[in-house]
Amino acid sequence: MPLTRVLVGARGSTKAFPLISLEQLEETGETQVSIATIGQQLVNGVTLGGMYALIALGYTLVYGILLMINFAHSEMFMGGAFVGLFAFGWLDNYEFFTGSGFGIALMFLMTFVISGVVIGLLGVLIERVAYRPLRHAPRLAPLISAIGMSIFLQQAVLLWITPRQVPFPNYLPAGSYEIAGISINNIQIMIIGSSIILLIILDTFVSKTRIGKAMRAVSQDREAATLMGVDINRVIAVAFFIGPALGALAGIFSGMYYGSIKFDMGFIPGVKAFTAAVIGGIGNLRGAMVGGFLLGIIEALAAGFLSSGYKDVVAFAILILVLVFKPSGLLGESVVEKV
Amino acid sequence: MGGSKMDIKTKIASGPIPLWKWIMYAVIMVIVVAAPIYFQSVQNFFFVRIFAVVGIYVMLSLGLNIVVGYAGLLDLGYIAFYAMGAYVGIILGFKLPEVFGSGFEPWTFWTLLPVAALAAAGTGIALGTPVLRLRGDYLAIVTLGFGEIVRIALNNNIFGITNGAKGLPGPGQRIPTPAGMEWAKANLSFGDFAFSKDLFWYYLIVVLCLATIFVVRRLDDSRLGRAWVAMREDEVAAASIGISITTTKLWAFSLGALWGGVAGVTYAYWVGFISPESFNFMESVLVVCMVVLGGMGSIPGAVLGAVIIAALPEMIRYFAQSPLLAGVLTTDQANLASQYRYLVFGAAMVIMMAFRPQGILPSQRRAMELHPEDEKTLAEENQQIWDVEHHTDVDNDLL
Repeated sequence: MPLTRVLVGARGSTKAFPLISLEQLEETGETQVSIATIGQQLVNGVTLGGMYALIALGYTLVYGILLMINFAHSEMFMGGAFVGLFAFGWLDNYEFFTGSGFGIALMFLMTFVISGVVIGLLGVLIERVAYRPLRHAPRLAPLISAIGMSIFLQQAVLLWITPRQVPFPNYLPAGSYEIAGISINNIQIMIIGSSIILLIILDTFVSKTRIGKAMRAVSQDREAATLMGVDINRVIAVAFFIGPALGALAGIFSGMYYGSIKFDMGFIPGVKAFTAAVIGGIGNLRGAMVGGFLLGIIEALAAGFLSSGYKDVVAFAILILVLVFKPSGLLGESVVEKV
Repeated sequence: MGGSKMDIKTKIASGPIPLWKWIMYAVIMVIVVAAPIYFQSVQNFFFVRIFAVVGIYVMLSLGLNIVVGYAGLLDLGYIAFYAMGAYVGIILGFKLPEVFGSGFEPWTFWTLLPVAALAAAGTGIALGTPVLRLRGDYLAIVTLGFGEIVRIALNNNIFGITNGAKGLPGPGQRIPTPAGMEWAKANLSFGDFAFSKDLFWYYLIVVLCLATIFVVRRLDDSRLGRAWVAMREDEVAAASIGISITTTKLWAFSLGALWGGVAGVTYAYWVGFISPESFNFMESVLVVCMVVLGGMGSIPGAVLGAVIIAALPEMIRYFAQSPLLAGVLTTDQANLASQYRYLVFGAAMVIMMAFRPQGILPSQRRAMELHPEDEKTLAEENQQIWDVEHHTDVDNDLL
């Protein structure tokens, strides 16, 4: 079954999210800053932002409840992409899934579910093994444990799967649409659409369901939540399932968007998504969503109109500026240090 | 936390150093001084280089130990200071002989050693001032970002002087040989034994390591060292007894960075080539690993951590090829062992935090802090209340 694989973006590096850069704009002769280029970068930025928002939710969920940075979360993103690759490869064997439009839609759905569940369970396992024994330890301990876990997972993929950059299949029919000089392709539409749907589902889940309410209660005041009969371990396990599952989906999107995946692909997007979570106010779910899209757009514009070599610096610089001047973020409540 | 005040005091009180410790130190010193001469004389140059590399990492590990171990600030961008030392040293090394004439060439390294160290310390202060009021985990991520910014800037040929990813020295540039090298080569070679460039650098690195150990040891007991410990254990309490948190943190950051700079410039002049890829995030993590594995806040721990992490994989690979161990490990197995090192280090960090957070050779003070045994007994008595109580402690705990 021949597949049209669309490689979008630079193939050289998966470490960073390559964007339509200045060079590419020059190639098309659009060096002048026009409404169309800004619009184009906005589309790219929103696509990126959707992925950042999905990853950022994982950081913010865990931080809200455990007050720790889950350093291994970027590996959930990477792991999700690899599980997605295997799931696609497996489903590809069946004529049913590749034959029709409905089959392809079902294949995507199944891949998302498989990857989300596998990585979600991995997240729960990691919490159980690496973080739970340290819940009452000084704060440095779980952070170091998380860094160790991150290295371990990266190396496990490097040693046991592949050290190389591997192409990621794209089963979406190739196609792009042009509206007022701004082009948007099927992959971008799918990423933006799915991430918005996922964000709405999560928001509803957290605000409406019983366990969602328990999660909010725990993140507001663990002490009081315990007294009200909330099972903390269950809440933590749910947070460690949902966060990595969303990260895994972002990994699949990233694989499709850039056309390839690698064991160290998680590091840079991980730090950027963390930045997004901080911009929005860490611990605040809607903040992470807003922060994700905001960071994606800022970065796309910076990459388009500043130097593309420094595009990764933009996110780091924003992170430092936000932490120094408004550590509570845009939507976060300012935390009063308890004595 | 942990035990009554009396217990800690009696446990930490240092009596005269026992005889076995003196003997152990003497043996270590003999090995450190004599082993490379032996390896050089049997033409095993690879081992001489490993000794020197380990020395560089010992310096880095001791420097980071000030920041992570004493002050309790997790710095994930430590390698940026190492890079700063290396690049400042090399770039000024091209300039100085141009300015002062070629006669100055032998003195370039010796002049730049303190300059690069101070440049790194200055960078530490410049970075530290805005970010040090951040809480522990935020600080970790900001220092990580800083480390990446430095690497990306070097990679993009910032100010047109770093030669980007191609590294330094670029075409037409030459790193000057320090004074003393030629003398050592001429006067310290006997018969078949040739005193090499690597040996020269190795002994210089040993001297610098000893200087580092001396300074860090003195700092440990100083007013500043005690302020670090107080701050690490409880920032609010420390501030309330008159310790300036900002100044104390800045001292930790800049002194840590200083040794990073020393290690950087020495490494750059020894190896004769630097590129941004030598200063990536993984290197920072490796140094953190050394400190954590050896024992945070412990000098022997930091040294041991550096020796284990820097030397062990190379040693395994080497010995597998030697006739001595040919039967024990095959070459393939040994190569595998060195490929698996990061995996093992990652797992070791997780396991270490769960079972022995104080490290292999812990500092006694830190061990007691990280093993609140008394609180565990309390936890057994009433898990629920303990949970609740502890949560209120989380915010001002340690970091």
